[in-house]
Amino acid sequence: MGQLLLHGWKLISRGFSSLTPHPLRVCIVGSGPAGFYTAEKMLKALDGAEVDILDRLPTPFGLVRSGVAPDHPETKLSHLPETWKQIVVNQFSRVAANERCSFFGNVNLGTTVSLSDLCKMYDAVVLAYGAESDRYLGVPGEDLGGIYSAREFVWWYNGHPDCSNVSPDLKNTDTAVVLGQGNVALDVARILLRPINELETTDIAEHALTSLRESTIRKVYLVGRRGPVQAACTAKELREILGIKDLHVCIQKADLLTSAADEEELKKGRIQRRVYELFSKAATSHQQHDIVGQRELHFMFFRKPDRFLPSESGNTVSGVRLEKTCLKENGASGKQVAVGTGQFEDLKCGLVLKSVGYKSVPVDGLPFDEYRGVVPNMKGRVLSLDQAEHAIVEKGLYVTGWLKRGPTGIIATNLYCAEETVASILEDFKNGLLTPSSGSPKPGRQGLLQVLENKNARFVPFSGWEKIDTKERMEGELRNKPRKKITTWEELLLAVDG
Amino acid sequence: MFLSRLSRLGLRIAKDSGQFSATKRGYFSRHFSHNLHLVNNCSFSTTTIGNVHEEGSEQKETISVTFVNKDGEEKLIKVPIGMSMLEAAHQNDIDLEGACEGSLACSTCHVIVMDVDYYKKLEEPTDEENDMLDLAFGLTETSRLGCQVIAKPELDGMRLALPAATRNFAVDGFKPKPH
Ligand SMILES: Cc1cc2nc3c(=O)[nH]c(=O)nc-3n(C[C@H](O)[C@H](O)[C@H](O)COP(=O)(O)OP(=O)(O)OC[C@H]3O[C@@H](n4cnc5c(N)ncnc54)[C@H](O)[C@@H]3O)c2cc1C
Ligand SMILES: NC(=O)c1ccc[n+]([C@@H]2O[C@H](COP(=O)([O-])OP(=O)(O)OC[C@H]3O[C@@H](n4cnc5c(N)ncnc54)[C@H](OP(=O)(O)O)[C@@H]3O)[C@@H](O)[C@H]2O)c1
Ligand code: FES
Repeated sequence: MGQLLLHGWKLISRGFSSLTPHPLRVCIVGSGPAGFYTAEKMLKALDGAEVDILDRLPTPFGLVRSGVAPDHPETKLSHLPETWKQIVVNQFSRVAANERCSFFGNVNLGTTVSLSDLCKMYDAVVLAYGAESDRYLGVPGEDLGGIYSAREFVWWYNGHPDCSNVSPDLKNTDTAVVLGQGNVALDVARILLRPINELETTDIAEHALTSLRESTIRKVYLVGRRGPVQAACTAKELREILGIKDLHVCIQKADLLTSAADEEELKKGRIQRRVYELFSKAATSHQQHDIVGQRELHFMFFRKPDRFLPSESGNTVSGVRLEKTCLKENGASGKQVAVGTGQFEDLKCGLVLKSVGYKSVPVDGLPFDEYRGVVPNMKGRVLSLDQAEHAIVEKGLYVTGWLKRGPTGIIATNLYCAEETVASILEDFKNGLLTPSSGSPKPGRQGLLQVLENKNARFVPFSGWEKIDTKERMEGELRNKPRKKITTWEELLLAVDG
Repeated sequence: MFLSRLSRLGLRIAKDSGQFSATKRGYFSRHFSHNLHLVNNCSFSTTTIGNVHEEGSEQKETISVTFVNKDGEEKLIKVPIGMSMLEAAHQNDIDLEGACEGSLACSTCHVIVMDVDYYKKLEEPTDEENDMLDLAFGLTETSRLGCQVIAKPELDGMRLALPAATRNFAVDGFKPKPH
């Protein structure tokens, strides 16, 4: 019946396709939510569209695999047989199974293929390669050992092959400091604090599980430069961490006092209001605090990092110097920003996770706004500057997802984002901007295969990923978990060979 | 069952030239699984279309719900008791997403109850629903998640609006720099 419905869809959309003289050849770079939603919408909108999805990894799905925390609760909704993560993966896998869609894993834009290669080969190129770097704090000592970006730490516990060697030392200290109070900060803090037996049945990377089992970390400080009214996390994630079993949560009641400007923010912002309520409740609720070795979570507000303090050896971090802040209204935006007060305090710790935001990286030939870390665009159409400094549209080049909007938003946000970009592609296509009126059509997939062959580059098709998937699940089953992730490049490529 | 689905499929194809554009549709195989689920759990017969008033009985098997899309177009549909508005919308080709298929992880099934009296007849949203509503585009005082609103007799005649397109991701105030 699934077939039948799909077939039904073809019947419906065929009406639109008579306009297409030859297929519209679309290349999407990045197979995260933004890439897959774009492919899905593209294939549905245009029966004559042929879509190739490239990813630098042998595995698809971007942060759905390597970002989303392994310990989010399984869905409790009885009528749903699966977790929502699996639901999303299934949706994306159905897109990949479409006969007009192909996946090319292990193909890196920038090394395996260049942007100009792709633009020559495809009618439309959609960049959806996310944000794979980090915002810097720019304070002294940032390079000391024991300091990691949350991205590295997350990739490590989620088994991303680029970070299987990160191996943070969790045994030399009882205190970790997480800088930032967004949802990623809450994720990493929760992984450090969650009882190990609750992680054992998840698909967390085996090396991380081993390390966390031996972890001596008992205290985690979540440090925000602003107050509880401005915390960047959302209620769902906050509720999750506050609900950890036997966790002692510390919030200074004085930090909960609100100014008139805070009240104004609370009035306007529903998320802020609900997050603030959770903080207030947690600060006043009675907690048992006499369990031996009990883990503690400290929310520290109004503190910004001033410098990292080296240990005696000089190589690793032994603490963070924090400057107290107060909030000041920032004229035009009405936003309250943190300003230093000149008062400092030191916080001892042996591990620091910087969770102050992700950042995209440009590739050769791509217009890029360094300041905002995004590709300048108009509804997904990539913009560049001509000699007179006027913004012009780069024909046939599009962007979506975190690379387009910056590193914010949940998985579903990318669905709307993809919708907007696909609407732009369709409009340009209708206006004849994407297909040459004369000359031979662009080669699309054939051209890509040729380039890969010339470079002797080996790509991983979706069926290759399915072999990885099967192997991971089988090995997981033996350990009573959803999967045992393969975490190195060599082993991933070996699994593809079956 | 097979046949009735087939005919419904036919209907869907026939209807398609109508008001809702084909490009905005949700996931097909998902529709399918929702159908199945429905058939199994709600013993809802696909042949029952329209309100069924049994003589001398107050019991209704379906209720009427009107969906108003972004352009203000209205569509009146029958929703079997016990079915979520998300499933009902999908069965009737209404342009409502539902990316997480009802697992309370996305808020793309956001609907606005147009009449406060109907809104009050709904059970209070759970914390989990509120958590996702927080993230919905164009939230209003009477917003709900379509996957959590379940048809019950008191809701007969309810009108639900799909939130207007407030999804502008264009880069505000972008000042291009040379590259
Ligand atoms: C730690 C973390 C946890 C999160 N948890 C949740 C959650 O629980 N729920 C939720 O809804 N949202 C969550 N999010 C947000 C969500 O993951 C993002 O909104 C979403 O993944 C962004 O999609 P994207 O496709 O733009 O980028 P990504 O998902 O990052 O996908 C980018 C893809 O591009 C590939 N790529 C990168 N560079 C290249 C290149 N040069 N050539 C080829 N391919 C390349 C990458 O391998 C990757 O597959 C989380 C985010 C983070 C960081
Ligand atoms: N379960 C989920 O739904 C889930 C899970 C994980 C991530 N996500 C999403 O993924 C996106 C990214 O999350 P994120 O946590 O990386 O980003 P984020 O929400 O933007 O949070 C960034 C944090 O870093 C702080 N910060 C930034 N620059 C700083 C500086 N120079 N000094 C000190 N602090 C600084 C910010 O404080 P200020 O507010 O003061 O700038 C904020 O607390 C978010 O949209 C998030 O919702 C969702
Ligand atoms: S479908 Fe995702 S929350 Fe309703």
